[in-house]
Amino acid sequence: MITETVVDLSRLQFAMTAMYHFLFVPLTLGLAFLLAIMESVYVMTGKEVYKDMVKFWGKLFGINFALGVTTGLTLEFQFGTNWAYYSHYVGDIFGAPLAIEGMMAFFLESTFVGMFFFGWDRLSRLQHLGVTWLVAVGTNLSALWILIANAWMQNPVGAEFNYHTMRMELTSFSALILNPVAQVKFVHTVAAGYVTGSVFVLAISSYYLLKKRDMGFARRSFTIAAAFGLASALSVIVLGDESGYELGEVQKVKLASIEAAWETEKPPASFTVVGWPNQKEQRTDYAIRIPYVMGIIATRSLTEPVLGLQDLMDGHRIRIRNGMTAYALLQKLRSGEDTPQNRESFDLVKKDLGYGLLLKKYTPNVTDATEAQIDAATRDTIPTVGIIFWAFRIMVGCGVIMLLVFVWAFWSSARRDAEHKPWLLRLALFSLPLPWIAAQTGWIVAEHGRQPWSIGEILPTYMSASTLSQGDVMGSMVALVVFYTALLVAEMYLMIRFARQGPSSLHTGRYHFEKNAAQAEAGGSGHV
Amino acid sequence: MFDYEMLKLAWWGLIGVLLIGFALTDGFDIGAVVLMPFIGKNDNERRVIFNTIGPHWEGNQVWLVTAGGALFAAWPLVYAAAFSGFYWAMMLVLFALFFRPVGFDYRSKIEDPRWRRSWDWALFAGSLVPALVFGVAFGNLFIGLPFSYDDTMRSTYSGSFFALLNPFGLLAGVVSVSMLVMHGGSWLMMRTDGELQERARRGLQLSALVYLFCFVAAGFWVSYGMQGYHLSSALDAGAALSPLDKTVDRNNAGWLANYTRYPWTLAAPLAGVLGAVLALLMAQMKRAAPAFLGSAVAITGTILTAGFALFPFIMPSSIDPASSLTVWDATSSRMTLGIMLVAACIFVPVILSYTLWCYWKMWGKVTTKNIDDNQHSVY
Ligand code: HDD
Ligand code: HEM
Ligand code: HEM
Repeated sequence: MITETVVDLSRLQFAMTAMYHFLFVPLTLGLAFLLAIMESVYVMTGKEVYKDMVKFWGKLFGINFALGVTTGLTLEFQFGTNWAYYSHYVGDIFGAPLAIEGMMAFFLESTFVGMFFFGWDRLSRLQHLGVTWLVAVGTNLSALWILIANAWMQNPVGAEFNYHTMRMELTSFSALILNPVAQVKFVHTVAAGYVTGSVFVLAISSYYLLKKRDMGFARRSFTIAAAFGLASALSVIVLGDESGYELGEVQKVKLASIEAAWETEKPPASFTVVGWPNQKEQRTDYAIRIPYVMGIIATRSLTEPVLGLQDLMDGHRIRIRNGMTAYALLQKLRSGEDTPQNRESFDLVKKDLGYGLLLKKYTPNVTDATEAQIDAATRDTIPTVGIIFWAFRIMVGCGVIMLLVFVWAFWSSARRDAEHKPWLLRLALFSLPLPWIAAQTGWIVAEHGRQPWSIGEILPTYMSASTLSQGDVMGSMVALVVFYTALLVAEMYLMIRFARQGPSSLHTGRYHFEKNAAQAEAGGSGHV
Repeated sequence: MFDYEMLKLAWWGLIGVLLIGFALTDGFDIGAVVLMPFIGKNDNERRVIFNTIGPHWEGNQVWLVTAGGALFAAWPLVYAAAFSGFYWAMMLVLFALFFRPVGFDYRSKIEDPRWRRSWDWALFAGSLVPALVFGVAFGNLFIGLPFSYDDTMRSTYSGSFFALLNPFGLLAGVVSVSMLVMHGGSWLMMRTDGELQERARRGLQLSALVYLFCFVAAGFWVSYGMQGYHLSSALDAGAALSPLDKTVDRNNAGWLANYTRYPWTLAAPLAGVLGAVLALLMAQMKRAAPAFLGSAVAITGTILTAGFALFPFIMPSSIDPASSLTVWDATSSRMTLGIMLVAACIFVPVILSYTLWCYWKMWGKVTTKNIDDNQHSVY
């Protein structure tokens, strides 16, 4: 028997491991491209300092990459271990992009990342450059396929329920990969990765500039990061807006939650800048609103309404009742009354089967649900609005700040005086956590906003979990927390150590600490 | 193009290819790391071992990742039932695998001997445990697993982790470990020199003997000491099936039925034995490359031996044989299998070609001198 605790623990475990994975993923995505750009400059100009840049940032890339791979493995296992019913129910569709990701992307990035680190002396310059670009392409392809899978969970197109095998089956592969949600998700997410990589390089270079160490190295890194970062920050914001528009089309509940829009307003809807969503009373306290803006973002028009949560829930109640009918028919079909008539009636209501399944949490038989249970299931059809409302605002806030930082940094490096602006450098340094905060809160919007569904309007999260005991899930959770903490400590230790050392860690003899050591030795003051 | 039945068969083959690909490639780096504490006598020698596999282990491991993905896509029922059923075994593998990416990459970045020694043990565990657990899991497939389906096709598993550690399961685990250590030994014979190479050679020979003994013992056990499973109802392999559409019984001939019906399949166990013998002899004659070929043949033979014996079963159920998962009813829909087959036909050759390029570029002996010359740029 699967209990609510098992489901909640599994959710927590998934959320924790996925968010942990996404601490490393965006940096991989962004740094891979920055490395490829730096190496291209090296090959074009032949200046050693660019090669040193590739090697040094590559070292940090490697430290991060190792944990990206480690934590990705957990997720790949987790669908099977903790979400077995999910895997059974939608594996036919969901598994395909995952397998293609392995063949098309993981092999590419993982094979060439080895060549990247070990191939310096064995490959020609051009070959090595090609390898670096292939790593970058591989990481982005990997993001593409996993986000196609994820987008299908949000907007499950191109699939149909089969009552005999009791699962969803693929009907159109092209619908799966051309899913509009997948497209906006992909561009927004990889752009978020590029921003992360750029902020990382910008912040650490600023640290060297502030310390007045390895100026030539740091200045060049700063410039590349500022330019790439500016372009990426602009894209992430424009494409984030595109995500909002897409939500207005396919995930109205999520959009209304972002907005804490309880009631449908007369169009064009206003945009709530801040406020305190009150789930119990279904209203937003202390709201400050700007007229028109929401309507324009969500519908690109002044006349279409943006549906509020209360109206959406009224619609859901009807679909839950239809879902009960669908469930009754499904039981008939599966228990031998497989008549054309039953099949026909089932086809009419099967799009609401998922809504019927929402009742499973309250009554295993679904068809005997009471009014109170139907009401409870209806209340479940919206997520916790406050979480989404605030997570969204934090993400956007971080995005705006980062854009300003990049504009200033780019402007200054174009005028070649960034190193003389300590305030800019400090600001850049302290922006370091922002992209991570934005990306984590972004995923909370995307994933919590999907609740109560694991597959939108098809499979409730409650049903998706494996039949496990509480002890199993609790035990693995504790073990994960222990391991992940230890791994993070090791990672941060190395990361900080090498970031502090800077390019001197390459032991070329050309950089700050080694030069000092050499001078000290030459000066006769002994070994350091 | 293909009918559904052909597609189902093709995917049985492709999953096999991925598993064999995993064992052949990741197998040697797992084996080499399991040998490491025994044959790498000092830090430099251990670094030689890590650097022979340095550029490759990451790509090798993707065979495992992709096999997981392909299982999800092609046999979703197996992916769901096996991963949730083997919950703690899977967790154990997962936690062990955590050590590898981090260990390889972080170990030599700090000079402190305690840091390095800790990572050495972490890497050792990270390589030994998956090899052992995969073997144990395979062994248990022959015995059958305690799972069943309810009317909504939710699977429930009623066994425990410790129940997997039965004698036959453990024997299969030893087969798996010794097979990969043999492979790792022959890899190190090719890629190292001097005393280290000599110790790798002895490691190879020892593990080849263990492997031969255990593999043959397991063969006798399956032939004379174990009941197999048998499909007792006719089913339409070309249709969309649910596992509950069939009946299954158990009989003594069970796991040998395919070998009697198609004698050519006996080539698989034969390859298992002859491959290991070849590895043993070639190691004696100090011929590294043929020894590696031998261990590769042995691995391929072993995996095929299990696959042929079990066919068409993938995961037999001991408590409700009708719930058993087979090649015919655990698969995805026809459309998914077809699309995935096309994808595999395009990508597998591409993967093989750039992987080969990578090995070719990195070929050659790694020596302690290489390590001394590149203190800061290698593992
Ligand atoms: C937007 C990007 C993105 C997202 C949403 C995810 N991943 Fe990821 N993943 C990557 C982007 C990425 C990457 C950039 O390709 C990584 C990160 C660092 C790395 O080493 O590769 C990676 C590594 C990585 C690996 C190791 C690959 C290897 O061995 O080379 C696995 C198995 C997964 N991931 C699996 C998953 C699963 C099952 C996810 C869904 C829950 C997931 N990832 C979300
Ligand atoms: C790496 C980036 C990701 C992050 C940070 C992330 C975050 C989250 C969070 C916060 C939850 C919990 C939601 C809640 O219960 O309130 C969750 C659940 C889940 N996510 Fe994601 N997610 C990520 C990627 C993905 C992807 C790519 C997929 C599928 C391909 C996915 C599938 C799921 C599933 C199956 C659950 C559990 C069921 C559920 O609670 O909805 N996630 N994730
Ligand atoms: C400043 C303007 C931004 C806007 C308007 C915006 C908008 C959005 C929206 C609407 C979503 C939800 C999409 C969905 O659920 O399908 C989202 C998700 C997300 N955002 Fe943003 N975002 C902005 C900035 C950022 C920044 C700066 C980052 C990170 C550096 C970021 C990272 C993410 C991530 C990782 C997700 C989850 C993946 C996805 O669903 O696309 N966002 N964003």
